[in-house]
Amino acid sequence: MRLLAISGSLRRDSHNTALLRAAAALLPPEVELAIYERLGELPPFNDELVSDRPAAAQHLWDEIDAADGVLISTPEYNSSIPGVLKNALDWMSQPLIESPLRNKPAAVIGASTGMFGAVWSQAETRKVLGAIGARVVDRELPIPTAHEQFDEHGRLSDEDLEAELLVSLNQLIEAVHARAEARRASGETDPALA
Amino acid sequence: MARRRPTAFTHLAPSNGPAVRLDAIVCSTNNLDGVFVCPSPSTQKEHHVSVTTAQDRLAGSWQFNPVHSSADFSVKYLVAKFRGSFEELDATLADGVLSGSAKIASISVKQESLVGHLMAPDFFDAEQYPEISFQSNSIETDGDDVTVEGELTLKGVTKPIHATGTLEGPTEDFMGNTRLGFTLETTIDRTEFGVSWNADLPKGGKALANEVTLVVELEFTKV
Repeated sequence: MRLLAISGSLRRDSHNTALLRAAAALLPPEVELAIYERLGELPPFNDELVSDRPAAAQHLWDEIDAADGVLISTPEYNSSIPGVLKNALDWMSQPLIESPLRNKPAAVIGASTGMFGAVWSQAETRKVLGAIGARVVDRELPIPTAHEQFDEHGRLSDEDLEAELLVSLNQLIEAVHARAEARRASGETDPALA
Repeated sequence: MARRRPTAFTHLAPSNGPAVRLDAIVCSTNNLDGVFVCPSPSTQKEHHVSVTTAQDRLAGSWQFNPVHSSADFSVKYLVAKFRGSFEELDATLADGVLSGSAKIASISVKQESLVGHLMAPDFFDAEQYPEISFQSNSIETDGDDVTVEGELTLKGVTKPIHATGTLEGPTEDFMGNTRLGFTLETTIDRTEFGVSWNADLPKGGKALANEVTLVVELEFTKV
């Protein structure tokens, strides 16, 4: 199983990228998690360019298409989704009927240096993913005071938070299995749904 | 000693007349031969319900005519009804049992860009639940008025529904074929089937109603 992980922050020392690395360390060996590192290369979304998608947008499109599930870790900027993450999701949404996020299992986690752990941004990211047609895990994982949460090995130092992260990951993995199971059971899926 | 075994009993008219259902007529046996003694219909007029089981009009096997059939839905969004339909339908009518299905992927709405979201897990989850289906448990007519009790399966959830409408025919067409048409309407609570997307309005309340009206027109030709 291959999961594509997207951090909503471009900072090199991003807490959300660190959270994705902590998540990768918790996954069973049969689950591969690849952290996407080229989000900053996407140009501003322009609907006129959808028919000839810029290479960076096409690259992310193909990576999501090839993945079995998507894990997004998002900070919260001005009480909402970081522009760079929303921009990427907008590129992935057009044309909607062909979006690689359609029916794709997806989970959202998030970290902030404040008290609330990017809960609003996570909720809005789930809403956006749902509107695009992803199979969104209905769960949030807020990591507050993120600058104090990681130990020297990059793991969450709070065992309870780490257990919560594991629940989110397991729900995403279960959603991937459930989708695969349903597709097997129904045999050929309708091309319009592919 | 006499056995008394009260029971509700469906009293059938002579075979050349319509079937008539009488509600809650108490019949009993008062001898060991098991012969039922029922009050005659004339003495039970207050219990008489003018409903037929419609089996005479529906008898036999029928072929579905998709070109002359439709399945539409409407749901209030903000202040007015939003309408759509499912284009790919199938139905059977055999031995008085009506069943049918529609492909979710064949959904048609005026705004094409909505289709992707409607097929997504937020709404119908067409990948996992590709069809909406229905099967009748009973069909009763009163003149051309028809009442159908049955079960609707949507997004993997099966619930009883009660549909009303009209039954037209059997009527002979230009080719000598016998046709029959149903118009049926019911209202469901979409959230009971897990179709629960909504959006908050700025000043309170929700954008999309839970009640959805379903209307089907189904035409059949006698086999």
